[in-house]
Amino acid sequence: MSEKKREFYVVNHSVPRGDGVAKVTGQAKYASDVVLPGMAYAKLLRSPYAHARILSIKVGEAEAQPGVFAVLTGDRLEGLNPYYGHAVKDHPVLAMGKVRYVGEPVVAVVAVDERTAFQALDHITVQYEEMPAVLSVEQALAKGAPILHERTFAAGGFRGFEADVSAGRGTNICQEAHVTWGDADKAFAEAAAVVEGEYYYPMAYAYAMEPYVCVAEVNESGVTCYSSCQHPFIVRHDVAGVFNLPVSKVRLVVPFVGGGYGSKSYTKIEPLTAACAWKARRPVKLQLSVEEAVLTTRSDDALVRERTAVDAQGKLLARQATIYLNTGAYAENSPLVCEKAANRAAGPYRIPNARIDCYGVYTNTAPASSFRGFGSAQVTLAAESQIDEIAEKIGQDPLAFRLANVAERGEVFFPKSRPLDGDLKSDLKKVADLLGWDKPLPKGKGRAVGCTASDAGAYPVTSAAVRVHGDGSVSVLTGSTELGQGSHTIVAQIAAEEIGVPFEKVRVVGSDTAITPFDRSTGASRTTTLMGRAVLEACQDAVSQMRAMAADVLRCPVEEVTLMRGGVQRGADRLDWSQVLARYFGLPDGEVLGRAYLRKAGDLSQLPVFWELGCLGVQVSVDEETGRVHLEKLAVVGDVGLAINPALAEGQDLGAATMGMGIGLYEELIYDGEQLVNNSLLDYRVPRFSDLPEELHLALTENQDGVGPYGAKGGGEGSLNPISSALVNALYRATGVRLRRVPLLPERVWRALRDARHGRESCPAPTKQDAKSRREAG
Amino acid sequence: MSEGIPLFPLSFEVNGRAVELEIEPQESLAEVLRNRLNLTGTKVSCEVQVCGACTVLVDGLPVSACTFLAYEARNKKVLTIEGLAAPDGTLHPLQQAFVDESAFQCGFCTPGMILAARALLEERPLPTEEEIRASMDGNICRCTGYLPIVHAIQKAAQALRSRS
Ligand code: FES
Ligand code: FES
Repeated sequence: MSEKKREFYVVNHSVPRGDGVAKVTGQAKYASDVVLPGMAYAKLLRSPYAHARILSIKVGEAEAQPGVFAVLTGDRLEGLNPYYGHAVKDHPVLAMGKVRYVGEPVVAVVAVDERTAFQALDHITVQYEEMPAVLSVEQALAKGAPILHERTFAAGGFRGFEADVSAGRGTNICQEAHVTWGDADKAFAEAAAVVEGEYYYPMAYAYAMEPYVCVAEVNESGVTCYSSCQHPFIVRHDVAGVFNLPVSKVRLVVPFVGGGYGSKSYTKIEPLTAACAWKARRPVKLQLSVEEAVLTTRSDDALVRERTAVDAQGKLLARQATIYLNTGAYAENSPLVCEKAANRAAGPYRIPNARIDCYGVYTNTAPASSFRGFGSAQVTLAAESQIDEIAEKIGQDPLAFRLANVAERGEVFFPKSRPLDGDLKSDLKKVADLLGWDKPLPKGKGRAVGCTASDAGAYPVTSAAVRVHGDGSVSVLTGSTELGQGSHTIVAQIAAEEIGVPFEKVRVVGSDTAITPFDRSTGASRTTTLMGRAVLEACQDAVSQMRAMAADVLRCPVEEVTLMRGGVQRGADRLDWSQVLARYFGLPDGEVLGRAYLRKAGDLSQLPVFWELGCLGVQVSVDEETGRVHLEKLAVVGDVGLAINPALAEGQDLGAATMGMGIGLYEELIYDGEQLVNNSLLDYRVPRFSDLPEELHLALTENQDGVGPYGAKGGGEGSLNPISSALVNALYRATGVRLRRVPLLPERVWRALRDARHGRESCPAPTKQDAKSRREAG
Repeated sequence: MSEGIPLFPLSFEVNGRAVELEIEPQESLAEVLRNRLNLTGTKVSCEVQVCGACTVLVDGLPVSACTFLAYEARNKKVLTIEGLAAPDGTLHPLQQAFVDESAFQCGFCTPGMILAARALLEERPLPTEEEIRASMDGNICRCTGYLPIVHAIQKAAQALRSRS
């Protein structure tokens, strides 16, 4: 689809966001603002144990409290199918028989207001019998380890890949993925140089500022949920399964979403909220707090053992990695994270031999799932650290080494996949220029670059509808959710471009599964590419229908009608679309419906839909007294094919890099035994204004080489993926000390510097102390 | 509402209009604004006075409405995001600059961000970039990476200055 387009009127311009006024005036409605008549409120009682059998639950006293409408437990779900999951149906609506992590919902109380519901929780008694728990991957895989899930599960309908389900087969392995090509063992035996190491990428919390919230209503027309979710169609599927309903009877409405970053992908609290509404026979709102949101979804932390080999010419020869992901108590989307981590572990290089083994492992901790760039950030810490390590080992500059080994545009660098549809080599050069790669630096400062390519776009099934109204204005019906990434602005720009109307005349009707056509998901950076293209094709469909209508009213063959911007012409006759419609329908109104369906076919038949590239450079300063690492310069190049809205594309790049910097420097969820100790913003420190680098360069590469509209492809995750490794590499270049885990907490860095002075290697395992030092760092 | 808790009267001014209410003593200003007055532009996120999403102005000063007792606002003037634009709907220069500079994505931090910035500009009409970063440090934005917000505040400062 990389038609080199004429000049653009609306597309490729930084038009102000369509949702701007609503968002700056407080009028924008989020799911947390939804109030339905007669609505009640739910609160949850959560498990205090990591692994325990539920012996009994006494709820009578709570039910008797004034203002309490219903109390729901796992054994009061008769009539519903209590397990759901798009990948593996292992997730109960409420704990059934046993609990698998501290914080798992056990009882829900529905009452007239939140406070009454909350107070009623005190009147519930649950008796547990504690069981041995596994709190780390190591414990979970040990011989004779207690098993979280004793039975096998049905595969969910939306796994996103074809591999077998491992969950429930007598071990704690939730999913495994293996990727091999060439002969890695032979290559390592013949290599000129090899580096090897173990790396740890932490558990993180996306902190979407709007915590999970759902308002549900169940009546004779079915189930309706207003939810702060990214993938309403997949949630619809899960809710329909729980309630035994056809999907037409389940309606998911997604108002504005207060941040997602992957953490609102797939189903969260919707089945539970709907079950509460069903039991209480009235609309119910379940609003989680930040503390509860962390217990709902975190990212998979990852232990990666990797080695990398080069030949005598400095060409990469082989990579081998074993990856353990801590998936937590339920699968959620971790099977796909596992798959993606395996695919992304070798990096965007020309490597003749590779062997990657990845295991997603159940533990008695909060469930892990998607997080922006999922899988990639976890494995890139190891992969890109080792690129610098091996370059140094053979005496090469890390940038020159990357330029010599990175995959070329058009090269198939990952077996049986789409050739690289971007130009990482020139992106790396651009980043190096912006950073001033060759300029000398004083002691205590260091620079590094990093790059990644992620198989993005998920499975390409997307549809869209475009209505051209009698007055020439346009409505776009899109199932993509507006998470802040600007999807509603971008599709409006495309419609304005294609129908030939001003941007202001386009209204976007956002995801409501009862109204908007099917879209698999809003994630994997797929919206611009796939929804953008569906909207473009739906516009073209509308335009060709209107051209035929024009031929009809002008009484001529269609070939004689030529298209002009916003209408048609034939000889001296010019008609804009509203005139075409008015004359065709004989009324000053009426409409044309254009539609498009995308599927895995044609130029979308080869996966991935596109390679999402990440390319950036950092310059850090290190305070040897305190161990504080400060990002002072950041350069990001977004290789996006064509930016439908350059300001939004750059905004995504900066946002993702900032989020990645947070994990690189101070974000980490800490378990102390069974207990997550820092699930509050008081203790979990995210980037703030004062962390903004002093010097920032954002640039775009626009080669129109994607399969999206006008050659566009997705962005928004890329710059998160390589930043941790870049920080680690820059710290090394500043101090000569290499850490193989992030975040680079001051205390951790300070200790490593001290150990280096005393000639010790330092890479401590997570400790309680870390939580404390993070707090102090904040 | 919970039984047995005595209600007591609260009178204050919200966005230029006098308001008289009966509230429970423990209600936060955010609860009163959102639940009783339906002013849902005030957002609640961390609930522990860290993120700034719930920032509103009380007698011109920024407070975290999530932990500020509504009772403490008695006889005071509260400004929320709904009260910032001119009565005819013309956006305040800060609002306009946030739109022009794409200074938000999801928008959940935006009402609090704009009100905190408004308090800053009242105190320092032409802040330096460093002053902006320091003074806004109590407002978290998880989407933007902050730079466009800094630009928006600078732009609004210029606009306000040329207006006066
Ligand atoms: S919600 Fe009040 S400061 Fe975060
Ligand atoms: S715009 Fe989303 S948190 Fe700031």
